[in-house]
Amino acid sequence: MNNREETLIPKIGVITDVRIDTPDIKTFRVVTPDGKKAFDHRPGQCAMLSVPGVGEAMFSITSSPTNEEYMEFSIKKCGCVTDWLHQAEVGQQITIRGPYGKPFPVDDEFAGKNMLFIAGGVGLAPLRSVINYCRHYRDRYGKIDIVYGSRSKDDLLDYKEIIDEWMTDAGVDVHLTIDREQEGWDGHVGFVPNYVKELGFDTDKTAVLCGPPIMIKFTLDGLVSLGFDKTQIYTTLELRMKCGVGKCGRCNVGAKYVCKDGPVFRCDELDELPDEY
Amino acid sequence: MRKCSLDSLNSVFAKIAEAMALYLPVDGSDGRAVFSKWEDGSVLSNALNTVRSPKDFFFPQSEDLMRFKTEGKNIEIIDIRPESEDFAVFGVRACDVKSFDILDRVFLTEPCDSYYASRREHGVIISLACTRPSETCFCQAFGIDPSTPAGDISCFKTDNEMYWQANTEKGEALLKAIESLTEECTDEAVNEQKEKIRAIMKKLPLASLTTNSFGGGKTTELFDRPEWAELSEACLGCGTCTFVCPTCQCYDIKDFNTGNGVIRYRCWDSCMYSEFTRMAHGNNRISQKERFRQRFMHKLVYYPENNDGLFSCVGCGRCLSRCPISMNIVKVMKKLGGESK
Ligand SMILES: Cc1cc2nc3c(=O)[nH]c(=O)nc-3n(C[C@H](O)[C@H](O)[C@H](O)COP(=O)(O)OP(=O)(O)OC[C@H]3O[C@@H](n4cnc5c(N)ncnc54)[C@H](O)[C@@H]3O)c2cc1C
Ligand code: SF4
Ligand code: SF4
Ligand code: FES
Repeated sequence: MNNREETLIPKIGVITDVRIDTPDIKTFRVVTPDGKKAFDHRPGQCAMLSVPGVGEAMFSITSSPTNEEYMEFSIKKCGCVTDWLHQAEVGQQITIRGPYGKPFPVDDEFAGKNMLFIAGGVGLAPLRSVINYCRHYRDRYGKIDIVYGSRSKDDLLDYKEIIDEWMTDAGVDVHLTIDREQEGWDGHVGFVPNYVKELGFDTDKTAVLCGPPIMIKFTLDGLVSLGFDKTQIYTTLELRMKCGVGKCGRCNVGAKYVCKDGPVFRCDELDELPDEY
Repeated sequence: MRKCSLDSLNSVFAKIAEAMALYLPVDGSDGRAVFSKWEDGSVLSNALNTVRSPKDFFFPQSEDLMRFKTEGKNIEIIDIRPESEDFAVFGVRACDVKSFDILDRVFLTEPCDSYYASRREHGVIISLACTRPSETCFCQAFGIDPSTPAGDISCFKTDNEMYWQANTEKGEALLKAIESLTEECTDEAVNEQKEKIRAIMKKLPLASLTTNSFGGGKTTELFDRPEWAELSEACLGCGTCTFVCPTCQCYDIKDFNTGNGVIRYRCWDSCMYSEFTRMAHGNNRISQKERFRQRFMHKLVYYPENNDGLFSCVGCGRCLSRCPISMNIVKVMKKLGGESK
């Protein structure tokens, strides 16, 4: 028997709760069979989940490390593994391995800063971990602004938590937007990048962006035009992954492997990489 | 240093094979050399090198990683990793020996790949110095001296003798096992031969190839060079170059339903394939140009950037002789400025 540790061999995870967030996103709560968290993680890190016989896929751990009971994953239905998971019921076992990737520098560069979080669609998943971490250690951070947008009201992830918890926190401002007018919505209507420019934030903040590539691109341009320096802006990249540990050769951008050198990057670091993401 | 006569080589191989599985290059039915398990009557090939590289022994084309049993909502994970048994690979050329330094830095870096690590620990590499380097060889561009290969044991073949030099503890142990069939000797004949080979190397057609234009930190300079379009134009994306390459290590992980459980296995993959990086929202390497560029930028820039300047090509020449459209790393290097005048 080969007794070495092997990261490719996962642990068993049990789905203990399934929340329907949007028509194509569900949030899954996962623990080990003895009811514990599978491993510790930092905000922004990911895990490989798998359904044996179907495949493995990488997901952001959307729960905050300060949640000591379980991990959560917000998963968008878009292929084999994700389709299968969307049919899974409570009690279903899956496999889990990780944590993978470099986390957000929550205790270093972010400490003491005013934070501006900007997310689009399922891009809220990795940010929710950081947002809840910052809310947990509220006195370590300055003011928190959150801009979150999606196609429609029904596509907003974690809506209940946003309304009940984030919006009621002191020193946290939440700015929601949806792409098109919709009955029953009296909030802002318009795309995230435009909304960010309209809101016109002061540059005394550290910004964290996550969402579809096109949203990231325009929001980044918007922030720069507001006077932000790229060293103040963080984002995450998403490339195809298999191993999660820089060995299968799949997820590199230039000399960086997104699975181990990312997925979190500071935007000035991205400027040094070839435009291939 | 020890030696044996070429006539007695078979009994030395037999002795090694008593202790562990021994693989060596023999000529296949098509006349090309392949690594095969030694058995009585096996004849060491005279070919310069094998079609497939010895990476196969340590990182096989396909290998099972684990099994799963599912019952209702429950899953059982079965660790099927065996402890590898000792084995030896004879006749590994200097370039291919060097490829293990390159693979080690990928697989043995934390988190260590236990499948590869176990085979590395149990495998003894017996290298063989080149006597007739060919026109497709350019190992010297990467600082490799084919007359003095590394490995656990280095062997040198002269007209009538085989010389054996142990370089590691594993090598010493194996030489001890064949002590009765070899005799202590000086390294005079070997040194003489090394000089001859080094002289030949200087005259090889690819002797002027250099890596001066490449290495870590060259991404910006090389990535957008217009020559990539022309270089990649005819590439079929067949992946042959990656499969024969001793340093290519990209892999895929897949599940196979046996009807009685699931096997998760890994198999070689290729950055030359269009599927390699495809995602739900698109592919970050849209055309063959991007995929072709990735392969060579990885070997000549990205890998050295992450690995103290070590290039991820050993100049074995396999891709030169195997590519159906005769494209290869030498053409890429020359086009992008890798030839000294
Ligand atoms: C670092 C990281 C974090 C991620 N976090 C989340 C998350 O929190 N929530 C979430 O819903 N998704 C997340 N993803 C995307 C998720 O990994 C893919 O949606 C998933 O791999 C699709 O798997 P599938 O088996 O369902 O699809 P498949 O059946 O494999 O394929 C369906 C389509 O998805 C493509 N695909 C394969 N891998 C990826 C990938 N990595 N990204 C995008 N498309 C892919 C396939 O090529 C195909 O076009 C993340 C990806 C990465 C790399
Ligand atoms: S790129 Fe070609 S010459 Fe270089 S190691 Fe690979 S197969 Fe050999
Ligand atoms: S370079 Fe040649 S061997 Fe490699 S993928 Fe292209 S056509 Fe195939
Ligand atoms: S996922 Fe394998 S190298 Fe990044």
